[in-house]
Amino acid sequence: MQALTNRSKVVSNKKMSFMERIYLPAIVNGMIITIGHFFRKKATINYPEETREFSKIYRGQHVLKRDEQGRERCTACGLCAVACPAEAITMISAERKPGEEHLYREEKYAEVYEINMLRCIFCGDCEEACPKEAIFLTDRTVASEYERQPFVYGKDILLEPLDSNLRIDISARQTDSVLKFKQNKRFAHNK
Amino acid sequence: MDWTLYIYKTVFLLIIVLVTLVVAMYSTYGERKVAAFMQDRRGPNRAGLFGLLQPLADGVKMFMKEEIIPLTANRKLFILGPSIAMLTAMLTGVVIPWGGTITIGGREFSMQIADLNIGILYVFAMVSIGVYGIMIGGWASNNKYALLGSIRAASQMISYELAMGMSIIALILTTGTLSLNDIVVQQHGMHWNVFYQPLGFLIFLICAFAETNRAPFDLPECETELIGGYHTEYSSMKLGFYLFAEYINMFISSAVIATLYFGGYNMPFIDQWGLSPNMLAMLGTFFFFMKIFFLIFLFMWVRWTLPRFRYDQLMNLGWKKLMPLAIFNIVATGAFYYFTELK
Repeated sequence: MQALTNRSKVVSNKKMSFMERIYLPAIVNGMIITIGHFFRKKATINYPEETREFSKIYRGQHVLKRDEQGRERCTACGLCAVACPAEAITMISAERKPGEEHLYREEKYAEVYEINMLRCIFCGDCEEACPKEAIFLTDRTVASEYERQPFVYGKDILLEPLDSNLRIDISARQTDSVLKFKQNKRFAHNK
Repeated sequence: MDWTLYIYKTVFLLIIVLVTLVVAMYSTYGERKVAAFMQDRRGPNRAGLFGLLQPLADGVKMFMKEEIIPLTANRKLFILGPSIAMLTAMLTGVVIPWGGTITIGGREFSMQIADLNIGILYVFAMVSIGVYGIMIGGWASNNKYALLGSIRAASQMISYELAMGMSIIALILTTGTLSLNDIVVQQHGMHWNVFYQPLGFLIFLICAFAETNRAPFDLPECETELIGGYHTEYSSMKLGFYLFAEYINMFISSAVIATLYFGGYNMPFIDQWGLSPNMLAMLGTFFFFMKIFFLIFLFMWVRWTLPRFRYDQLMNLGWKKLMPLAIFNIVATGAFYYFTELK
């Protein structure tokens, strides 16, 4: 029969030589291997004390950004929800009232903004779709829960704090190519 | 007999029991560490510094667990099983010479509890009784897996005891004595028996692995086939006794191997150091324990290297390979001494 691949091996049932039959050399070889592993660097880390370094462009829990004056950037345009392949994002928009200019950047804002973290696949399409640079994925991991309901994250979790010291740093997501792309005049209104 | 001797023997006996227990306790810790290191892991490192309190935590856990005696089990034998396993494991330490003699105020104190003139036979007797612990425990459980495990244990230990005894006969031909202390004294300097009886040593080592039910001969308790083997039905400290007895057996058989083949408490270049006899005796004990610890490490090293034997392979090795080799070893040794008259 013709072989389908060139990886097939002809099985040989040849008799073992004397050295192979007494097994001791093989056992000694095996023991050399294990003692080699004995002194090797450990593959595990002391987890709670040490954590593994994330990739710079790790995509974890989302953040809704504020601008420099602490106003919400999101205008509830819904492009992120459209872009989301897992349909994890829902929102309800509202109109900015006079006197709320220090809270919302433009006339329209998201009254409710929810991401279902169980549906989310952390692809980053929402971030790419957002014309206002309002939503970003960060290097934070989503905490585990005992029930399903707490995984629907609302604005209380997603929105970054007002305090300028507690702002979420997303500069790692702004790679050179992204920044270069955003220098296009069409995006000047975001600055 | 004077009272000093009685008191000394009692105290020394207690010390040996304690040392045995502590070494066995930390063997469990060592086993887990060695296993972890050989698998590129870290092993227990949470309880205390480097996880050194882990054996204590395990002990507390064992004592705190619910103790279950199955309704269908034979209560008396069920309790007797682990007791025998533990007792026989501890008893063997009596004849092992842990060190030389210390002279204090003109009195000589031997670091051996009982210098029996048939020390080796005593060791064998105890090892043979050890099988009963496993047999009784497995039978009293009234559980098919436990029974299968204990039958395996019994046949394995009986089969390997034969080859072990044969390898010892060749050793006795070279030493000419059955007393463990005399055997150690004969190996003074670097005249270790392992150089005179390499084949016998190999057979003895393999049989020691089989006798202590350690991998690759851990068929009586293989988890995958027999869900624990003879101690399937055991819980709490009775289970602890079985597991602990295995580690004590490992320690004692390491001590026996070190005594018979690695010169016991002798160390190389012992005469050139010019130390006082008492110092030398203490140092000898230290060296003896170093040898024991290395052998315990060897036990663990082999366990985490080799896969388990299949049952027919086990019997094949015991009866068809080791037995003829051991007999050949006896004949060869006898012929050598007959024709050369070296002794």
